[in-house]
Amino acid sequence: MSDLRELYQQVIMDHNKRPRNFREIEQANHLAHGNNPLCGDKLVVYVKLEGDVIEDVSFKGSGCAISMASASLMTEALKGKTIEEAQAIYEQVHKSMTGEETDRNLLGKLEVLSGVKEFPARVKCATLSWHTVHAAIDSDHDISISTE
Amino acid sequence: MSNLNINAIRADFPILHQEINGYPLVYLDNAATSQKPRQVIDAVSHYYLHDNANIHRGVHKLSQRSTDMYEAARGKVRQFLNANSDKEIIFTRGATEAINLVAQSFVRPKLQAGDEILISHLEHHANIVPWQILCEQTGAQLKVIPMTQSGELDLTDFDEMLTERTKILAIGQVSNALGTINPVKSMIAKAHAKDIPVLIDGAQAVPHMTVDVKDLDCDFYVFSGHKMFAPTGIGALYGREELLNAMPPYQGGGDMILSVSFEKTIYNELPAKFEAGTPHIAGVIGLGAAIDYMWQIGIDNIAAQEHHLLEIATRKIEALSGVTIIGTAPEKAAVISFMIEGVHPHDVGTIFDQQGVAIRTGHHCAQPVMEFYDIPATARASFAFYNSEEEIDALINAIQKTQELFA
Ligand SMILES: Cc1ncc(COP(=O)(O)O)c(C=O)c1O
Repeated sequence: MSDLRELYQQVIMDHNKRPRNFREIEQANHLAHGNNPLCGDKLVVYVKLEGDVIEDVSFKGSGCAISMASASLMTEALKGKTIEEAQAIYEQVHKSMTGEETDRNLLGKLEVLSGVKEFPARVKCATLSWHTVHAAIDSDHDISISTE
Repeated sequence: MSNLNINAIRADFPILHQEINGYPLVYLDNAATSQKPRQVIDAVSHYYLHDNANIHRGVHKLSQRSTDMYEAARGKVRQFLNANSDKEIIFTRGATEAINLVAQSFVRPKLQAGDEILISHLEHHANIVPWQILCEQTGAQLKVIPMTQSGELDLTDFDEMLTERTKILAIGQVSNALGTINPVKSMIAKAHAKDIPVLIDGAQAVPHMTVDVKDLDCDFYVFSGHKMFAPTGIGALYGREELLNAMPPYQGGGDMILSVSFEKTIYNELPAKFEAGTPHIAGVIGLGAAIDYMWQIGIDNIAAQEHHLLEIATRKIEALSGVTIIGTAPEKAAVISFMIEGVHPHDVGTIFDQQGVAIRTGHHCAQPVMEFYDIPATARASFAFYNSEEEIDALINAIQKTQELFA
């Protein structure tokens, strides 16, 4: 059960219960739908870009605790960052989930997501919002991605 | 109660005796696929060790032996379903392929734009998508028998749904997502009164109950071996002989022909006409061994034990607060779909697995059922006769641990 407590630790449970930035952004200029058909996680990520700065980022949707917490933590981490900084953070998150060496300074609070590395079937839940925000930023129209 | 000695039965299933994450494996995902008894595994390996050869095409000894074993298994399937003749049993990859075969070879040639195909809201995707493909190909329309809050078919308007345009009624005997046992016999009678042929998807029925296609009076019956203790990749289609005879082949190839020239090919007779190419011979032999095994245990004993498990598990789950059973039909196979309040089913699956309890979480290839209840997924525990009462306690314990973790 210790891996489990690692996975479902306080921060995750808290963000699952009270997701941050769980709202639409009316003036969002980038938006993407993410879908994990295997478990039915569905979310929409809204981004408001000013030049290459993420002025605001938010999400709505439903899913398991891991996907909800990951999306919530993601919005907190990316707000105010440049696209380049966001990319660097995303790479660190990805490394942490696959058990690679990470830069703790960059990762910060997001380190809690690394618990999924012991649960390969759950990595997709944790990466869904990150893939979705990536797709949103990359595209200037509404886009749908799926993690299957 | 049942007459089965569960410990002796469990000894037949080597896979059950292992630990997962430090806990004894509790396998409650039988509706997805069942485990295989040593008798089936041995039959398959014995075939490869001693008898392997291609069938129907050699004069040598091994080929004859393989052919005999293959055809003997067909006879067992015939008897298992109480069909009239071996010619009515076509081996397929499983229920899915059998439904596609009937859709394309039986229904498609008869269909015109505006004709109707009648299924139900409870169907597995395997009994939805082949019909949708057919509708796209022909301009026919898919009609859906609705369901009720308890997970039963809502047959209020069933009579009106059977029209002169209905070219087939295709329904599951047992719902895989909820366990509901549908009143297929009376539905078949009503369809036949209007000359509408009926296909029954028996994938979730054959592992749990005696099936008699003559008594049901269905025209087609399909099932998969892997859900009834046989290998994956093998299943069967039962079809009335006169219907199968009149149907064009589904696939072309070797074994399904009498003679081939570039001018004209003459198709083989039943059942070979529908078994193009080298079949899954070892799978067929494994399926025969699985039927022998079920006969040896006794299908009535299997049904009684599973009913017993279903009753106990339902009662224990109902006694917990914060847990809702989805699908509460009075007639059910041993399947319990449930939701733990405040916990997404996918999290439930992971937490259970950490305690060795294997269940299915997700939409169970029945997304319309999930949409009906407006939920993304459920957790589903499904039982086989080799499950024990202690395993129900492990399930209850896993639910409580999940609730503690999410408290
Ligand atoms: C009711 C039902 N029909 C059809 C199928 C499809 O079976 P297979 O995938 O073995 O072809 C299943 C399997 O999950 C099922 O439960």
